[in-house]
Amino acid sequence: MTDLPAVPALLDTLEQGLRRYLEERSIQHPLLVGIRTGGVWVASELHRRLGLDEPWGELDISFYRDDFSRIGLNPRVTPSHLPFETEGRDLVLVDDVIMSGRTIRAAMNELFDYGRPSSVSLVALLDMRGRELPIQPDVCGQQLTLPPTQRVKLVGPDPLTVEIREVKA
Amino acid sequence: MTDQLASSLSAHDMASRNLQLTSDGQLRHFITLDGLDRAMLTDILDTADSFIEVGERTIKKVPLLRGRTVVNLFFESSTRTRSTFELAAKRLSADVLNLDINTSATSKGESLSDTLLNLEAMASDMFVVRHSQSGAPHFIAESVTPGVAIINAGDGRHAHPTQAMLDMLTIRQNKQRFEGLRVAIVGDILHSRVARSQVRALQTLGAEEVRLIAPGTLLPADVDSLGCTVEYDMRKGMADLDVVIMLRLQKERMEGALLPSEREFYRLYGLDTEKLALAKPGCIVMHPGPINRGVEIESAVADGPQSVILNQVTNGIAIRMAVMSMAMSGQVAERASRSRQQEGE
Repeated sequence: MTDLPAVPALLDTLEQGLRRYLEERSIQHPLLVGIRTGGVWVASELHRRLGLDEPWGELDISFYRDDFSRIGLNPRVTPSHLPFETEGRDLVLVDDVIMSGRTIRAAMNELFDYGRPSSVSLVALLDMRGRELPIQPDVCGQQLTLPPTQRVKLVGPDPLTVEIREVKA
Repeated sequence: MTDQLASSLSAHDMASRNLQLTSDGQLRHFITLDGLDRAMLTDILDTADSFIEVGERTIKKVPLLRGRTVVNLFFESSTRTRSTFELAAKRLSADVLNLDINTSATSKGESLSDTLLNLEAMASDMFVVRHSQSGAPHFIAESVTPGVAIINAGDGRHAHPTQAMLDMLTIRQNKQRFEGLRVAIVGDILHSRVARSQVRALQTLGAEEVRLIAPGTLLPADVDSLGCTVEYDMRKGMADLDVVIMLRLQKERMEGALLPSEREFYRLYGLDTEKLALAKPGCIVMHPGPINRGVEIESAVADGPQSVILNQVTNGIAIRMAVMSMAMSGQVAERASRSRQQEGE
């Protein structure tokens, strides 16, 4: 049984890693964009910790998923909300868990429909590995290896905790 | 076929209830609002909200129907409805084929079947059907290959469900909820498929009152069975209204002795500033278009602060995107379920 990390500690690691990353890249005015649902919780927490002035954005990637032909539309799609211009800006995409990388691909496709950002970086609270696309987080809270029948899920928003859930193999 | 269609509409309505839903209750065709519950109508409005946001982006397109073919099959011409369906399909990244097919009264049934056979050969994924004959989209939905979605873009006097749903979206944007709302539909109720669908949508979504305001000659014989209140005097009928929906008066009705004259109709049932002042102060004014200014509505009202007529047009694209993607989604889910069953056998 894998020990589950505590979310506050993960957020500390993420915050430090993101500060360092933004400094190395000389990004002074990042715009955070969280992927619903868990990514938005993480983005809002990072936004608070970094003391950013501009609001964070929220993406619902339902219209951009690559499995529409297999499973159809997410029945609970909600509007994406980016309350800023993305053109020429440094975006930081935030998700709770990265695994196959397909969600991030969908999110990037969606982001580019709002304009052409100067850069897009990726932050993930947990990295489950098992990638199916060449996409890696720039900053990550922790890597986690689970048996094939288990997935990790961020539960929140208050308090934020992580849970292991069983899935069909 | 034509006579059967005309005479068995209620039977069609009953059958459509099952026909347009998958076994687990997802939308797979969109033919009538009959048999769709409040949760389903709310899902359609919620999904449309997300598509409104898409329409405000630099690139107003999502890849949901990429690689799929949508055929706009219009047996009855309609520039506006066809344009918004076309734009909706293109914003979903589908390939769109527009077919305007004018049929003579005697060959309708035959040409419908023939046309279908031809379209079957084109591997289309969705037909958007407009037909002067009530029940035509239902007929097509019964006959097409499994996996092909049918969307009703208006059939005879039967239904125009996407128009009604874009009206509901417009009402929800302005009034937030349907509970407690008093909504009037004014004008030619008798010939209006829009009115029938609006009544059904408003009742399903929980409006307090749906009021029909019209002269007796423009009300259907079965008006009592619709569950609406009826008012012949428009000035009385405007009291307490939250929403007033004007219907287009088709000028050919003037020639059919159903109405005395345009001027007389406007005096009695046209929405002017004076009559609008009798409704609640925040009453919104709607019209499915195209507007006959000075026949059913005064220009100052149509262009005034209470008018949401142009919002209806914008919402029409979002509603059609919602219905098309949900119906395609239902077809996809059903196909996946069929192949799982086959694998299990």
